[in-house]
Amino acid sequence: MDEQDKPLSLVLFSGTDDKLNAAAVLTVGAAAMGRHVNIFLQYYALDAFRSSRMREDHHLSPEATAEQAPVVSAHPGLHWSELLHQAKDVGEVDIQACALSMDMFHLSKTDLDPLVDGVEGVAAFIASASEGQVVFI
Amino acid sequence: MSTTQVDRTIDARGMACPGPLMNLIGAMRQGTVGQVFEVLSSDEGSKTDIPAWIAKAKQEMIEIKQEEGFARFIVRKAR
Repeated sequence: MDEQDKPLSLVLFSGTDDKLNAAAVLTVGAAAMGRHVNIFLQYYALDAFRSSRMREDHHLSPEATAEQAPVVSAHPGLHWSELLHQAKDVGEVDIQACALSMDMFHLSKTDLDPLVDGVEGVAAFIASASEGQVVFI
Repeated sequence: MSTTQVDRTIDARGMACPGPLMNLIGAMRQGTVGQVFEVLSSDEGSKTDIPAWIAKAKQEMIEIKQEEGFARFIVRKAR
């Protein structure tokens, strides 16, 4: 299989809006270019996918300086959840919640936004990510 | 000056990357083979994204023209 046809697998760990947005931009670009995208939600990223909290302010990463933060926040791009909807619309994007993180935050599938396709263990994610790159964000 | 007849114009000026590309993809999916689409984009990323997607999706790029403050992409739905 050609490298550019292999799936792209993203492990989303961080739950800040800037990192989620960067991940969503990668996802929509890969999906548009015909690559299957696997997303595995862990820790704070999973928490941001709660349907009740998705559109809340998830703030920015600690590396955003006082000078950069207002610039990032004022940028008029789409919300990361809308980018993920676009990605699912144009391509194959599978979003799975990490079973361990679900347990940690006492979450059930019904607590999560419908963008999340299911809950799986790490071995299942590694199996689906066995070809192509894995990016940790 | 292009003489190509444009069937649909997508004015994506002011949209952030990858918005103009996504709007083009959406419009082309709804269109019919042979239709010509024009995208107006002020996003610098479109200059690389739209040609890359056109090549990958095996569509036809007719023209890219730099205008004042934006670029005009003219593409034909080939399949």
